[in-house]
Amino acid sequence: MNSPLAPDAPETATKTVTLEIDGRSVTVPEGTTVWEAAREMGIEIPVLCHDPVLDPVGVCRMCVVEVEGARTLVASCVRDCEDGLKVKTASDAVVRNRKTLTELLMADQRDTSTRDEKTGDDELFSLAREFGITESRFPGGNSRPVDSSSPVIDVDHQACILCDRCIRACDDIQSNWVIGRTGKGYKTRIGFDLDNPMGASTCVECGECAAACPTGALTNKPITVPIEAKRPLEDVDSTCPYCGVGCALTLKVDREENKVVYAEGREDSANEGRLCVKGRYGFDYASHAHRLTKPLIRKESHYPKTTLTGAMQRKDDGTRKNGVYPDYDKALSAFREATWEEALDLVASKLKGIRDEHGGGALAGFGSAKCSNEEAYLFQKMVRTAFQTNNVDHCTRLCHASSVAALLETIGSGAVTTVYADVRNADVALLTGTNATSNHPVAATFFKEAARNGTKLIIVNPHRPELADHGEFVRIKPGSDVSFYNAIMNVILEEGLEDTAYIEQFTENFDALKEVIARYTPEVAAPICGIEPDRIREIARTIGAANAMIVLWGMGISQHVHGTDNARSLISLCLMTGNVGRPGTGLHPLRGQNNVQGASDAGLIPMVFPDYQSVADDDVRARYEEAWGVPLDPVPGKTVVEIAHGTEEGSIKGMYILGENPFLSDPNVQRARDGFMNLDFLVVQDIFLTETAEVADVVLPATSYFEKTGTYTNTDRRVQLGQTALEPPGEARLDWQILCDVMTRMGYEQGYADVEDVFVEFSDLTDSYKGLRYRHLAGRGKLWPCPDPENDEGIVVLFGDGFPTPTKRGKFSPAEVIPPAELPDAEYPFVLNTGRTLQHWHTGSMTRRAKALDEINPDAFCEIHPDDLATLGVDDGGMVRLSTRRNHIRIKAISSTKTSKGSVFVPFHYREAAANLLTTDALDPVGKIPSFKFCALKVEKA
Amino acid sequence: MPIKNIVYAQREHGGDLRSLDDYLAAGGYKGLEATLGMSPDDALYQFHRSGLRGRGGAGFPMGRKAGFLPKDSAKPSYVVCNADESEPGTFKDREIMELNPFQLIEGVTIAGFAVGAARGYIYIRGEYEHQARILDEALAAARADGRLGGDIMGSGFEYDITLSRGAGAYICGEETGLLESLEGKRGQPRLKPPFPAVGGLYQSPTLINNVETLSALPPIMTHGADWYAEMGTEKSPGTKIFSVSGHVLKPGNYEIVLGDTTLRELLYDICGGFREGQDFKACWVGGSSVPVLGAEHLDTPLDYESLQEAGTFLGSAGCIVMDTSGCIVRSSLRLAHFYRHESCGKCTPCREGTMWMEKVLQRIVDGGGRMEDLDLLDAMFGRISGRVLCALADGAVAPVQSAVELFRDDFVRAIEKGAPEPEPMMEAPVG
Repeated sequence: MNSPLAPDAPETATKTVTLEIDGRSVTVPEGTTVWEAAREMGIEIPVLCHDPVLDPVGVCRMCVVEVEGARTLVASCVRDCEDGLKVKTASDAVVRNRKTLTELLMADQRDTSTRDEKTGDDELFSLAREFGITESRFPGGNSRPVDSSSPVIDVDHQACILCDRCIRACDDIQSNWVIGRTGKGYKTRIGFDLDNPMGASTCVECGECAAACPTGALTNKPITVPIEAKRPLEDVDSTCPYCGVGCALTLKVDREENKVVYAEGREDSANEGRLCVKGRYGFDYASHAHRLTKPLIRKESHYPKTTLTGAMQRKDDGTRKNGVYPDYDKALSAFREATWEEALDLVASKLKGIRDEHGGGALAGFGSAKCSNEEAYLFQKMVRTAFQTNNVDHCTRLCHASSVAALLETIGSGAVTTVYADVRNADVALLTGTNATSNHPVAATFFKEAARNGTKLIIVNPHRPELADHGEFVRIKPGSDVSFYNAIMNVILEEGLEDTAYIEQFTENFDALKEVIARYTPEVAAPICGIEPDRIREIARTIGAANAMIVLWGMGISQHVHGTDNARSLISLCLMTGNVGRPGTGLHPLRGQNNVQGASDAGLIPMVFPDYQSVADDDVRARYEEAWGVPLDPVPGKTVVEIAHGTEEGSIKGMYILGENPFLSDPNVQRARDGFMNLDFLVVQDIFLTETAEVADVVLPATSYFEKTGTYTNTDRRVQLGQTALEPPGEARLDWQILCDVMTRMGYEQGYADVEDVFVEFSDLTDSYKGLRYRHLAGRGKLWPCPDPENDEGIVVLFGDGFPTPTKRGKFSPAEVIPPAELPDAEYPFVLNTGRTLQHWHTGSMTRRAKALDEINPDAFCEIHPDDLATLGVDDGGMVRLSTRRNHIRIKAISSTKTSKGSVFVPFHYREAAANLLTTDALDPVGKIPSFKFCALKVEKA
Repeated sequence: MPIKNIVYAQREHGGDLRSLDDYLAAGGYKGLEATLGMSPDDALYQFHRSGLRGRGGAGFPMGRKAGFLPKDSAKPSYVVCNADESEPGTFKDREIMELNPFQLIEGVTIAGFAVGAARGYIYIRGEYEHQARILDEALAAARADGRLGGDIMGSGFEYDITLSRGAGAYICGEETGLLESLEGKRGQPRLKPPFPAVGGLYQSPTLINNVETLSALPPIMTHGADWYAEMGTEKSPGTKIFSVSGHVLKPGNYEIVLGDTTLRELLYDICGGFREGQDFKACWVGGSSVPVLGAEHLDTPLDYESLQEAGTFLGSAGCIVMDTSGCIVRSSLRLAHFYRHESCGKCTPCREGTMWMEKVLQRIVDGGGRMEDLDLLDAMFGRISGRVLCALADGAVAPVQSAVELFRDDFVRAIEKGAPEPEPMMEAPVG
């Protein structure tokens, strides 16, 4: 049973069968295979083609056993147990057979196994050792080739035994369908796509195949250190530092080298052992030579501050040097090394000085959704108590602030109502404004799997995501979401497809919605959104007829000046059709960062304390004043972009930035940069000298994800534990300790015994985390709310019996169509859309220092429709100049039909061609989120 | 005379029933007409009562197989005709499709009515391009004449047949490999269960039968199951087409009543015996995937049970004959080569074993054989046979294993002398 909702499913009495294995009687549920039953009894039957996470195929025949009365030996991995069956798992005949088979397979193997050498787990070589096979009676060598074309996986066809584990891993687990078989008989090989080299195939380098392979055929190329199997590796259970899916993984750590050697997905987790390319291969940034190891103070000679150093180091031929990010030495030369004492004293005195002279409102802090709950909690506590201001925000403002605003307004809770894997129980999944295969790759495997099992995916997006291959793709015009969804709702009402009983029982303000929706007939919406009226009707009928629909959305919904309206429309659609609160239904904004949910829960938001408690509410504030022992500011603080604008006008004079990089990530970033340069004092706490740190007054060397313990809350509301795997480099310190040191020096003394102590304080103040302790968070972690953490995983599907609003009802909040802030015109005729790629994370500070990821995706590029390129006279791969009313960049153009005519897609990871120089800082009035997905653009041949 | 042209009705009507008019004039579509007048269950009962056994090779009773399809399935049912005639020495279905295509189409339609199928498929081997064209034209003619499509022959029965061409792999004649290929996937056998009757094409209930089997349905439904069952023996009723090839003077297809004729009568009386100075040496009576027979088996009656008693199988009745000029060692190598080439590569014992079997035999033919090689072969037979998903591996082992047993002296001599004898004949006999 794979359903995340298994605990709620009705229990049915399972029929059992009793059989005898190796003379011992055993009773197992009907449908158990002999292999599984033996395993339960502690009898390991050797097998090569099977793995418990895969559907058995029974082809390697290594697991054959003797069954009394059977004509031949039977493959135990595919033989169901039956009453009265008598099985011998290791009779002479069985062992002889396994030995001959091993000998046949070994005949083609090389003398040594790459897998054995790298990770010590070549299953075929282990069997050969067990059977004492040193050489085969059969002449060896199949002269099959080696394929080293993939940046992360070595393919040695000679070592392949055609067990199909990689094929099933690629097809069934990751739903990527890249690997198949080619040729027949003895010439059979695995093949990629139409038998391309792996590196030239559509492989997305998730590494699931290499993880599944039992021999040296598919092995991970060494990523960080030369691997020596003899040196014992230590398993550290942790989670992935990248996206909001928060995959649980086990880090294989070489203590002596202080490095992560490789990573494996954890089977006992919500991600079911799956990882993507970032999670499996993106950990080595932690060991990069650029890591900051000592506190840095800007040299007197480097005032006044100058702008960013040269973009990149380049080779003689003009291409970028691999692995070298900015001109690092030059950037570092603006600073001198300092002791922690000196640096912390300077930070505390400068911030205190500004606070005392200009008031707390002249200070501001950016926390980070990359940091743990503990760090987020301490950071907002520091800003609110020691800085005496609510000017604290983080990157949620730039990703889902509008979604959260709409959710809080309508259903009283800003988090998801169900987990992403609940898509398995849905008839229809509406995936809108999300490019999940790039941005939530492991969640995307669950969507693709659901599609294969009959869930209809409706993909609404102006930019064609790869998920469109797995469902119905609806390409709406950029920025036309509200009109499209209003028309869908119009049809649903027109044709009586709404859930009147649900509306009656669980919602309010329906009449207001009806009034607005009535104006948006498909005929009215069609010219706005670009979808034919009949198609809108058809989609509305599909949604209306679904017994269970789940809506998952990304930043294509949220990052607009009408982002809140977009989200309101999706919420109204779910409420109107009664699609909340049951398995397979619900609202799921796919959260971006690994801890954006947790950082928000912990109060890293200017208007609220932890648990979304308003700072303006006197009772709430009194509670936190009591807990923290200081008076608190009753005025909600400024948001990210407002703070940036505050630095420009001089109302913000001092800033503390932890782990964020607004010099690349803020909209209209030149304006933001100019503002930050204006600050009297800027302290940056980070692991690298980021673009932002380059202009800091003090830089504090922090610890990477792998060097600390803390909790992280994923997009599902799942609280998981990340554990220390590495020692921090040089004098780098734990982030929570740095924050405590600064607070103490500012006169607000902190005395936590350890990091869990911080978590205890946080969870005690936060109802949704109440009762959670580190000991509960192994395995799958816990979903908040979790009333019984000792025995239960937490609540999967929320709001089956009403909403946490004053009336217990979900409120319809109708939305009218408002145009984007900046429409294309004759001078700027294109629409700019920004986003991310599979291999890179945000501003690239981590991923561009991860060898494999950088190698796969080394250069900045934009996607332009081939027709537009032809008009511009630019070849595929040629350079273009992109300009907006704010700035311009020069960038490589890739011809792509993923983007529609008249639109250009630019990933924002690349310093050398920063997309955010172009974006507009016009804000959504409610969510205060900028319009990263829409502004007017000019494209020229460069 | 044991010859009875029932499936080969064209032979009774000028040799060619390619036009629908000719087929109708010869009594065609009477079987379907009769079938449409009864209930599907009654039609099924007729299949059962006729005793008709699968003519593709396994000989499983056709009526029983059709009866396995669940009646209450939520999914549609299908009839699939296996026209991937690829067993070496077998060319009987080809003549049906080429000269009597409507009898097959009528048979597939009758089967479809009996099992309540939503659609029929004919999966024809890629090399049969000419036959595929004939079938295509015949299907179009049947459709145009209201014998396929909606409301067939005014009965209200709605049914059509899709012709699908293979791409030249032996394994696609294996029923689950065929289904995979028909679904557009790589042709490889499936793990069973589920069997096709329950989870066949698109995991739906599927009746899959050979061309000859389905072509026997029109005469059975026309003349009645009892008429059919009266021919042949109790366990092997009806007629069977033998494709005789090799060293006989008159090779060809012969439809004979099962059990009425011995192997000797087939080879000497019907097929005209052997060339001057040569005589019978060996025969693979059921295609190449069966144990070989020698002179001591010549008086075996040709039916399922007698051949089984003799240690072989009726199989597809592709009867490959070798006279005393042939070399059993080289033939074994040739067969081993075929199975190595056609193994789909899915199961380890077959993929690896067929290759090693060929290598060892090659060594013997090349003069490098050792006496231990016979033991090595022996050990390999046991490790391949019965250890895999489908019958291909058994079929690969059976002819070679039986040859080594029955003609051991030939192998021993070849090893001792460094070369097998006699030398291969370069010219093929013409009959």
